Formats: sequence, C-alpha cells, structure tokens
Amino acid sequence: MSHEAAHDAHHHEGSYLTRTGSFWTTVIQWGFTKDHKKLGVMYLTAVLILFFVGGMAALMVRAELWSPVRQITTTSVNDAGETVTTTEIKGQMFNFPKAGETATSLNTGNETYNRIFTLHGAVMVFMVIIPSIPAALGNFFLPIMLGAKDVAFPRLNLLSWWIYVFGSIFAIASVIAGGVDTGWTFYTPYSTTTDADHWRVVFMIMGAFILGFSSILTGLNFIVTVHKLRAPGMGWFDMPLFVWAIYATAIIQVLATPVIGVTLLLLVLERLFHIGIFDPRLGGDPVLFQHFFWFYSHPVVYVMILPGMGIVSELLAVHAHKRIFGYKAIAFASLGIAGVSFIVWGHHLFAAESELAATVFSALTFLVAIPTAIKVFNWIATLYKGSIVLNTPMFYALAFLFLFSIGGLTGLPLATLATDMHLHDSYFVVAHFHYVMMGGTIIAFVGGIFHWWPKMFGRLYNERWALTGAVLVFIGFNVTFFTQFFLGTQGMPRRYASYVDEFLTLHRISTVGSWILALGFFIEAAVLIYSLVAGRKAPPNPWGGLTLEWEVESPPIEHNFHHEPLIKHGPYDYDDVVPPHWDPKDYPLPEPLPTGARH
Amino acid sequence: MSTESHGIATDASAPLWSRLKHAHHFRSKEEEFDACKIGMWLFLTTEVLLFSGLFCAYAIFRAMYPEAFRGGSHHLDWLWGSINTGVLLISSFTIAWSIRCAQMNQQALLKFNLAFTAFCGLLFTGIKFGLEYGPKWAAGKRPGSLYDYPNPSTPNEPVWWSVYYAATGTHLLHVLIGTAVILIMLARAQKGMYGPKHYTGIEIAGLYWHLVDLIWIFLFPLLYLIH
Ligand SMILES: [Cu+2]
Repeated sequence: MSHEAAHDAHHHEGSYLTRTGSFWTTVIQWGFTKDHKKLGVMYLTAVLILFFVGGMAALMVRAELWSPVRQITTTSVNDAGETVTTTEIKGQMFNFPKAGETATSLNTGNETYNRIFTLHGAVMVFMVIIPSIPAALGNFFLPIMLGAKDVAFPRLNLLSWWIYVFGSIFAIASVIAGGVDTGWTFYTPYSTTTDADHWRVVFMIMGAFILGFSSILTGLNFIVTVHKLRAPGMGWFDMPLFVWAIYATAIIQVLATPVIGVTLLLLVLERLFHIGIFDPRLGGDPVLFQHFFWFYSHPVVYVMILPGMGIVSELLAVHAHKRIFGYKAIAFASLGIAGVSFIVWGHHLFAAESELAATVFSALTFLVAIPTAIKVFNWIATLYKGSIVLNTPMFYALAFLFLFSIGGLTGLPLATLATDMHLHDSYFVVAHFHYVMMGGTIIAFVGGIFHWWPKMFGRLYNERWALTGAVLVFIGFNVTFFTQFFLGTQGMPRRYASYVDEFLTLHRISTVGSWILALGFFIEAAVLIYSLVAGRKAPPNPWGGLTLEWEVESPPIEHNFHHEPLIKHGPYDYDDVVPPHWDPKDYPLPEPLPTGARH
Repeated sequence: MSTESHGIATDASAPLWSRLKHAHHFRSKEEEFDACKIGMWLFLTTEVLLFSGLFCAYAIFRAMYPEAFRGGSHHLDWLWGSINTGVLLISSFTIAWSIRCAQMNQQALLKFNLAFTAFCGLLFTGIKFGLEYGPKWAAGKRPGSLYDYPNPSTPNEPVWWSVYYAATGTHLLHVLIGTAVILIMLARAQKGMYGPKHYTGIEIAGLYWHLVDLIWIFLFPLLYLIH
C-alpha cells in the first residue's frame, strides 16, 4: 500500500481526459490534439453516430419490405355507366419524390428504396466498418499495447482524422442533396449516367475517394509504429494478436486503397467530362471498372474482418485466462489472409468475365478458407479447459465465433461456380455478407468496446444489462439474417422493394428480427451512456489481462506510461504470470489461477 | 511525414538544426529518421499502386485499340517530351545534391539546389501546359466525348487521348505537389533548419521527387516513343 502511495506522490500527471480549461478551450484542444487516445475516442464517437444513421436506414429498408409494393389497377363501371380505371399503390412505406415529381408514381417509391439501401450500404461500409476497429480501437490501443507513447506520426494521425471528417461531410452533403441510387459499388455505366443533372453522385464518389486517403495514412502510421516503436524487449512474437491483426490490416489498407483511389478519380472524370474509359459508346470498358473496383474492395473485406479477428483473439484469451492456442499460427494466418486477399477479386465478376477466369478465381477463392479455418480452430482450442467467464465481452467473442463461422461457410457455395449460378445476386449473398461484416466485424467491434470501455473511460458498466443487450443483439441478428438464407435459396433477388407473396412470411420474420436487433443495440447504448454518467470507477485491470494496456491506469495518463515499460513476459503467459494490478475481488474467477511462477 | 521539433536546447547561438531534438515519443534521432524513411517508402508504394491503375488501363486499351494508340501517339511531340525528361532528370540530380549539401553544412548551395529543383518543377509544368496541353486542346485533341479533331486516325482515338490526359494529368498533379513541398523545404532551409544532423525533411522530399521523376521515365516512352 505504501508503495502505491509513494508511486502516486511521484506522478501528478492526470488522465488524458482531464480538462484543463473552459468548454470551448477543451473543444479546440481535442480538435487539434495529436494524442492517439483522443483521436481514437473521436473516431469512436463519429463511427457510433454514423452506425446509428446507417442502422436507421437499415430499419427503413426492413420496414419497406414488410409488405411487397404493388401497383393495382382496377376497372369498374360507375353509376353513370362509364368505365373507370383506378390505379393504387399498395404496401409502400417510403416515397420521397424529387422536385417536380408526384408521390403517386411507383417509380419514385422504388427510387426512394434504392436511395435508402445505398445510404445504408455506403455509410456502413465506408464510414463505419472500415474505420471502426483500426481507426477507433486501433488508434487508442495499438501504441499502448506496444508500450509506446504515441503512434509514429502523431501529426499525420490528426490529419487522417480531419480527412475522415472532410470525406464524411462530402458523403453527407450528397445524402442531404437527395442521396444516390447507385448501390455502394458505383457500377458503370449506371453510376455515370444516373442523376445526370445533379452533383450528388459526384459528392458521394468524392467522399469515398477522400475517406480512402484517411485509411491509407492511418495504415501507414500503424505499420511504422509497429516496426519502430515496440517497447524494449518486445520482439515480433511478443506482440498481442490484436497488434498482428491491425498490422496485417494496415498492409492491405496501404496496398489496396490507392487502386480504388485512381478508380474513383477516373469515375468522377468519366461522369463530369465523359472521358470514355469506362463507357462502351466511346470505346471504353465497363468491366474494367469492375476489375479495378474489386481489386480494392475484395481486400477491403479483410480490412473489415482482420481487426475483428484480432479483437476476438484478445477477448478469448483474457476472459478464459488461457494462453492463446497456436499464437504463431493465428499471427501468420492474418498475414496469409492479407496475401490471399489480393488474388481473389475476380469472384465478384463471375457473370462478367470469361469462363476460364471465373474457374481460376473460384479455385483461388477457396484458399481463403484455409487461414480462416486455422484461426477458428485455434480459438476453439484456446477455450478448451480455460477458466471461461461468460461476461459481455466473452459473449460477443463467442457470438463472433458462431456467426462468423456461418458467414465463412456460406461463402463456399458462393465461390463454387455451379451453385453460384443459382445464388448470385440473391438474398443468400445479402445474408452471407451480413454474417461476415456484421456478425463478424461489428460484433467483434462491440465486444471490443465492452472489453476496453473501463480502460478508455475509467468507468465500469452494468454487466447484467449489457449482457441482456448482447443476447438480444445475437437473437435479433439471427432472426433477421438467417431467414434471408432461405429467401435467397428460394430465389428472392436482392435490391427490390417488391416480391411475390410466397416470400411474405420470411420477409416479415426478418423485419421483426431487425426490431429485436435494434432494441438490443439501444440497450447497449443506454448501458454505455449510463456508465459514463454514473458508472463505478474502474480499476486498472478489471479482467486480469496481461497485455500492456492493463498495466497503465484507467483511463491512461497523457503519455500512457510513467516509465518506459520493459517486456518480461509474453502477452498470454497466464500459466506462470500473475496479471498486473490483479485483485481477484474485482473479477472473481471460478477457479483461482495458479500463482506460482515457474521461473 | 512529420519532423517535430520539441524542446530546444539552451545555447541559442548554435545554428537551428543543431538545436532541434527528436519528437518525444521516439527514443532517439536515428529512430525518428528511420521511421520517417519507412513511412515515406510506404507512401511511395501507394503512389506506385495509384499509377499502376493507370498503366493497367494503358495496357488494356493499347491491346484493344492498337491503331488508335499508334495514331494518337504520332500527335505527341517527342522533342518537348525529351526536353521535359531532361528537366526532371536534372532536378532529380539537384535534389540529391541538396541532401549532400545539408550533410556537409553548405547552406548557400543547399538553398540554391532546392530553389533550382523547384524551378525545374515549374518549368516542366510550363512546357506541359503551354506547349503540349494548350495547343492540343485548342486543336480539338481532347479526351472522350470532348474530342473534336476533324480527322482522327481511327474512331477510337478519343480513348487514347483519355488515357494520355488521365496519366499525364495525374503525373502533373504530382509534379505540382512535389514543387510545393520543395518550396516549403526551401523556406525551412532559409531558417537554418537543415544541417548535418537534421535533414530528414529534405531526404523524404527528395524520395518523393525521385518517384515523380521515375514515373515520368515510364510514361515518356510509353506515350511518346512507342508507335
Ligand atoms: Cu470478394
């Protein structure tokens, strides 16, 4: 105890959250901060707000699908003996006509639907999922986990943040101006001709282009940080697996994003000046756009999932108090996935490319399953004989294992040419990528938030309510999306507001699922906000973790560490190391850890 | 990349470069220098990949419309292309020399070399706009649907011009950014920020400039010389 007191007396540095001035001074300090923790918190806030926006759009899509949209024309004879034809539209929820149009047209309603799902897709992909884990949690924890005071280039980090804000403003301006109906993939020639008299499509494309720069600079910063700023004694294989995952992600961000950059640039030129590179009427090639687009956008799927896998590795090890099984296998699988991700883009073009190319890309795509399965098996082996604590973060980690496995396995029939003939562009695809992107990345992201929340804000949350919300999210998610596998195999195509009556029940189950899902997320949001307002103060190491972030205070001080840390044990040596600041009272385990150190 | 200047030493009479310390989160100046160089090399990789998209488009359309590319490239003046190549090669030499000047603490020559490099960047831009883009645009040799030249070699010649303008335009943008960066280096050199132990800024600006040069070395023969 006296040691603690002496320690405290030595250092009067406050936490990074300590306010040093008036409200506006604080706002300005945050806006120009080079502190990776503050930048991480700002990214987290922005991502969560945009997640709410994208989620609302998703609820609108599901609401529209409650009933199929039908235009019914009835002919009747009135009292005067004249034949009267009446047309009425049934089952339509949303119809926002543009200036000069009437809301009675079926077309304006369908277009509204197109705009809503494009809003959902573009916001969720470009502004939520891609920056979620790397930019928010990665920014906050990567330097601390390495034992560094900051990322390698703090000013560049600030620049990335403002580029992200700037890009999001472009995208939001596009939405306010009426939104785009191209889908998030911006396929030509549709994206170069639709809304020809308006700037909003250009705004959206420019938004995605600018966000790409933010992603490149963040990735570059992280790579250099990992190479140069590891604490003394930390070799490559002493790094936490979250760091490995972020590192692999950063490599993809740096190598793939420039290609989408030049693609979107050409697309804007195509739209504004009709340069004809993607326009067959001028000798161009629209399939070239698809190749360019997916050369980036397939690897970016792993920008989305790899950090999620990193979080799950942490959650499973910490909350099972178990040395991670197959550390090197998991680390190298991350790099393997990053490598394979660059040679499989053609599986998005099965319908547009030659049969030979389709066969080759199909075969290559199966390779992705190998490193992915290596990870899943190692995670399950980690749980074996662990002291598993079924708290909120652990529940999310287990949910990830379950949902991501379904997402991964349903990718196989889509990679197989024969079955893909039947399944492509159907709800099966929609269900598949929601299981991967949401069941994978978002679930891991939320799990990571609950895992690191006490560290980031120094507050504990209500475990029971958090777990209730998590269970509702899990149930709601499966009700919403598992039904869509059936819809897809039965032939429901994606991106339509209308459907035949046979699909009614399944669509309604899916819509009800979306409400359960939303309820779950609202509970989680309430739990987190309440913890900020009235949560108990968090100890430095509430879960008994061994990685460096649990050695610093909750919340961390401005420069993270009082002294430069020296690494003496691996990140998962639960067999023979007592966790720092460990007080089993904070987190009672079913079985006490063996405390006798072996060396 | 950021070269931060934290905590200036007390001896105010010493030149500025000798008083600059490394940023607080690095352990040493060498570590900071290495980090900045790795960062710049990574950034250059992204630039190469950005241009690889354009080279890819070039290859594909060349394979699709060989006559359009043959006919189109005849309209380019290899003389101005060669002169511009020379301008960039010389400027690559002077920027490399300016790093040497910083290492040897030759302040006047350092500033001259930086200024000369920036001048070369502007000269390249002037030739490109005034003698190449300008007359060609006026004659109707424009990209895609803007094409308005009375006798194209083949109906697909507009695609050639699209590739030409997209590739050289993106390169020209990089020349301008590079020139701006070098001018910033010049302003900093004026303050005495660069010397034997502190030349990270010039080193990484130089790396960028070499890349701009290198990409032109590929663009020039592909567009001007191969018929
Ligand atoms: Cu893919």
